[in-house]
Amino acid sequence: MSFTKTAWKNIRRSPYQAMAAILIMTLTFLTISFFTFLLVGSSKIINYFESKPQVTAFFKNEAKQTDINSLENQLKQTNKIASIRFVSKDEALKIYREQNKNDPLLLDLVTAEVLPSSFEISTVEIEDMAAISDMLNKSEVVSDVIYQKDVVATLAAWTSAIRKMGIALIILLSLVSIFIMATIIGIKISQKKEDIEIMRLIGATNWYIRWPFLTEGVIYGVIGAVIGWIVAAGVLLYSTPFLESFLKGIPVLPASYLDLLILLGLELLFAIFLGAISSFLAVFRYSK
Amino acid sequence: MIKLDKVSKKFGTGTFALSDISLNVDKGEFVFLVGSTGAGKTTIFRLLIREFLPTEGNIFVNEWDVVNLPKNKIPTLRKNVGVIFQDLKLFLDRTIFENIMLPLEVAGAGSEEATKIVDAILAQVGLVEHRDKFPIQLSGGEVQRVAIARALVLSPQILLADEPTGNLDMATSWEIIKLLSDINKKGTTVIMATHNQDVIKSSGKRVIHIEKGKIISEEKGKKNSSSHKTSHVAEVVDEKPEEKMEEKEDNSKEDKKQ
Repeated sequence: MSFTKTAWKNIRRSPYQAMAAILIMTLTFLTISFFTFLLVGSSKIINYFESKPQVTAFFKNEAKQTDINSLENQLKQTNKIASIRFVSKDEALKIYREQNKNDPLLLDLVTAEVLPSSFEISTVEIEDMAAISDMLNKSEVVSDVIYQKDVVATLAAWTSAIRKMGIALIILLSLVSIFIMATIIGIKISQKKEDIEIMRLIGATNWYIRWPFLTEGVIYGVIGAVIGWIVAAGVLLYSTPFLESFLKGIPVLPASYLDLLILLGLELLFAIFLGAISSFLAVFRYSK
Repeated sequence: MIKLDKVSKKFGTGTFALSDISLNVDKGEFVFLVGSTGAGKTTIFRLLIREFLPTEGNIFVNEWDVVNLPKNKIPTLRKNVGVIFQDLKLFLDRTIFENIMLPLEVAGAGSEEATKIVDAILAQVGLVEHRDKFPIQLSGGEVQRVAIARALVLSPQILLADEPTGNLDMATSWEIIKLLSDINKKGTTVIMATHNQDVIKSSGKRVIHIEKGKIISEEKGKKNSSSHKTSHVAEVVDEKPEEKMEEKEDNSKEDKKQ
């Protein structure tokens, strides 16, 4: 492992350069981690909304069961319904209690009488939702129709914007870290020009000379990735309780440790790639 | 073993460093390469390890056709030709031990075996007590021996010594010459470049005189040694003022010694 030893010595002997290289890598991987969290989280939220009944119709208090049943039949006959579920007042109260179990004040205020019964309907095709919600609006027993297509569409638009921004930022930061690392390793190669010349004269092969520099780049990448990941994962775990209450019942968090480890693994691969690319650039540019 | 065939080397400035040099050195020989500074001694050494290519001619070292040697074979050639560089080319940030270890590391020797070899070489050149010091902590003669040790550590068949006595007083110079002779006796072919006439005079070895890139005379070993040819070189040397200065320096060192 003499390459690693030599590389490690080179790092210790120029701490500022090493610091710069590691920090830019940390920044890159911190960004990658955060955007991964955002993307995974938002796509989980979208999935959640898409799998939920997309149209909810609340009934008036005076609505009779027979009217509700006939409306159900009417809806089923359109053949556009994938599923339809009746939620009674009692069930609604149960759901409400479950959602607000941590807030006794809210629990006390609400009884089954206050909450309306409802239909939760999902359609076969997303395009059918408009027609179904029209039908529901026309019905005399329906007081209100909530139509979640808008929520999903808005979220999808946001997610796609975040994704584009994230990818652009990650590409930019990756390029910046490649160039900074290539410059730092280039400086080191120039500083060691005489040593390299001596090595060549006593019979060192090109690869014997290049390996420590390549290893050095990879070490910077790996250290940066690990620090970036630790910080990002730490922030995520620390803010999980807050985010969970903010997301109310949407099952995004807590993130599984396995997923976090998989992220670390992928980041390490990418770090090795970035480190190697930068060192390659430097080595072939400065050591001819 | 070593053969230069009508070798010329012209540098970018247009001046000939070497012109039409033909030279044979047999296995196990000890040859002095003599000439003033700039005569082309170092150029010959640099050609032999393929630091650059000759403008014309062919060079053979052992079984290698140096001029047509594929690039990936150059390290192999260099591992088989030990060089004591004029400026030593030691690593100042490494200990004596690490400096001598370097060729072994480069050659990929196992560290236990390498340590044994280095310790043996340190004993051979008499530097055991300086093993873990740095080059600047040693005297001129001692760093010279470090350079010799590094050149020897891979047991090369050929040893090229470029002015190994250049900066040393006479007594130390003789120690170095004796060390190189001992190495030669063990079978290593040695070529030593020098401008120090005193060193050569009493050695009784083969001497090749080079001036301005040409071989101007050659003395075979002990039997044919003649002082006439040496004085011829001295005449040439007299033409160059800077050479006189170098000679003076040598003399003054001798004076101090006495």
